[in-house]
Amino acid sequence: MSKEKIVLCEDLADVMPPEYQELVETATYGNQDRGWKDIGSSKELIEQHSLCAGCPESIAFRYILASLPAPENTVFVGSTGCTSLVFPHVAVHNIHSLFGNQNAIASGLKRTLACRFPDVEKDVVVLAGDGATVDIGLDMTMQSWFRQEKFTTICFDNELYANTGGQESGLMQKGFVAKMAPKGKSFEKVRLAEIAREAGCAYVAVLTVSKPNRVEQVIKNAVLVAREIGPTFVQLYTPCILEIGKQSMEGLDEMKDSETIGGRFVQKEYITDEAQKLLDSIKEETKARKKAAKDKKTVTA
Amino acid sequence: MNKQVELKNKRIIASKHVKLGEKNRMGQTYTDINDIFYNSEQTPNFMTGSEVIREAIKRASVGTSVAYPITPQSEAAALIGEIYAEGYLDEYFRGESEFAVMGQCAGASFGGHRVFTTTAGPGTLRAMENFPMWAGSRLPIQVCVTCRGINSPLSIQPDTLEMHYLLETGMLVWHAETAQDLYDFILKGFIVAEQPDVHVPIAVCCDGFFVTHTKDTVDLSPLDKCLTPYDPYRNPQPVMDMETAPIRMMRDPFVMKSNYISYATHASWQQEIKAAVERSRKHTIPLLDGLIDEENIDREILIVGSGTAVSQSREAIRLLEAEGIKVGLVKIKTIRPFPYEEIRQATKNAKHIFVPEFNVAGWLAREIKANIPDNERVYVGPHVAGGMTMPSEVIVEEIKKHLGMEVASRGTLG
Repeated sequence: MSKEKIVLCEDLADVMPPEYQELVETATYGNQDRGWKDIGSSKELIEQHSLCAGCPESIAFRYILASLPAPENTVFVGSTGCTSLVFPHVAVHNIHSLFGNQNAIASGLKRTLACRFPDVEKDVVVLAGDGATVDIGLDMTMQSWFRQEKFTTICFDNELYANTGGQESGLMQKGFVAKMAPKGKSFEKVRLAEIAREAGCAYVAVLTVSKPNRVEQVIKNAVLVAREIGPTFVQLYTPCILEIGKQSMEGLDEMKDSETIGGRFVQKEYITDEAQKLLDSIKEETKARKKAAKDKKTVTA
Repeated sequence: MNKQVELKNKRIIASKHVKLGEKNRMGQTYTDINDIFYNSEQTPNFMTGSEVIREAIKRASVGTSVAYPITPQSEAAALIGEIYAEGYLDEYFRGESEFAVMGQCAGASFGGHRVFTTTAGPGTLRAMENFPMWAGSRLPIQVCVTCRGINSPLSIQPDTLEMHYLLETGMLVWHAETAQDLYDFILKGFIVAEQPDVHVPIAVCCDGFFVTHTKDTVDLSPLDKCLTPYDPYRNPQPVMDMETAPIRMMRDPFVMKSNYISYATHASWQQEIKAAVERSRKHTIPLLDGLIDEENIDREILIVGSGTAVSQSREAIRLLEAEGIKVGLVKIKTIRPFPYEEIRQATKNAKHIFVPEFNVAGWLAREIKANIPDNERVYVGPHVAGGMTMPSEVIVEEIKKHLGMEVASRGTLG
């Protein structure tokens, strides 16, 4: 499928909401080189969001949706939390079922899509908060990695339970005073990236969403490695400005502060040799393809 | 004003999943369920209930099955693995817990597969959060529940208490009496649950050990005929495969809205699930030959039961008959939908209604009491629990005691 997936019935086109008309006309389904730079010039796959004003999750959503290599063949699996408020507005199939079972759902889904569509790459991407990924759903998160399930797990790490009002989570920093941690959290932030690496993820990345080009690259890497090799994991710092006492405008600064040297979210990646080889070859192919396109353009001109 | 829709040259695109008459990779022919059961020779086989589950799944065109060990379903779940290795299923693996397994089943069903799994007792309860989610998501997954105790201290013995918990999940709940029922219900259950106007999950329950671990003669349909495959596009919900246009589901997610539209949406969806379960009747009645079976319902004393309690009751009725006490029998096959009208009709002449059950709650008796007039006619029992058997003599004694008849003294030790 490309853009043709969304076709408006000619007779009803004039009564369809404008967002559908735009999806047909200017969305980037099927565009091999789609990325965050399409934001602003093309129809985004997220219509609106009902998150708080200035929430970094909302921009993370936009970058991720703009960076998917093939949204026309991608299915998202979400979980309960702030992310579940956004998925109803997204122009990609997505599943919300329960809290914490997202990687179990994705395991069954990915295997079924692989059986049903042996000739098409159907990407499955899990996107859930830190409570869903690390606390209530940790067994299913890790078991899917042990089993080498071929999908990407993205964790929006805001270091607490945001949607229920700011309770302690496993990814919260030690000492942080929060609801259900009235004396401050007593143990360290769970080292999820290292757990992912040891549990068998072929590609692991930790970063903030302050820099869209980095987010784009990481998402593309994660989805493409999951397609070919095995499980991948991306942990994105999306601070809950509301619960850490910041203003709407301060999300970006908070992320930038946390990724400076010595910060909790200095960008890091763990890549297996096999995954690195794949990423290198994809890079070469993309370069060659772009060069060929450029040469062709020059010749035509 | 909307434009007039042009109907010329519009046609319904035939589903690619209609494969009636074609052969699958195992050489089996996709066959209509009625032809499988009513126009094919059925061959008697002597086997355990677990083996019967395997035989049913061999003929069920299942896409995915996810397994997890828990007594007494472990053998059946492992046998399905063996037929997966032979090529009968597309996908099979072991999950990490029942909660995860039911999620994995949901994922496979969201993706468009026919899905089968098995569980029992504590596993059913660990999985419980998933069942209303399956129903609400309209996933026609079949779970075979081989009932066992859920109490503490640890028990692995047969007990049907877990069925009580399944009643309001929005699933179809059928209760097999015998291995034959189990075979029939598994195959017919898929077809009923997958009807577009039903499309909810189904729990095919049987009494653990009594059915799973004993051998019985079962008529099997021919192995070269299997169910027509599940067509995921005959579905009230979009299949999550990005083969259809993604729709924007709502402007404001209902979960966060405290307003009338939100409440009304959730309430109407719950009602729709209930209605879908009710709508399964019209598909179930011809396939199961009614939701209940009746024997001599004109009699004043009736036993109404489900599962193996029915088998024990048949024997009790024979013993009572020898003493000149005539008792009729109603066997309930579907607990959800509950055969309200059928039970009302079947019990209208009865003066005494006994409901033998293998659980401490007496949930079946409650259902009956709640739905028939003059419910003081219902005697809640006899029931046994915790793995105890229910000898026919116990049913006989209970009936005679309740009716004020002399009870033969039981043999004592020594």
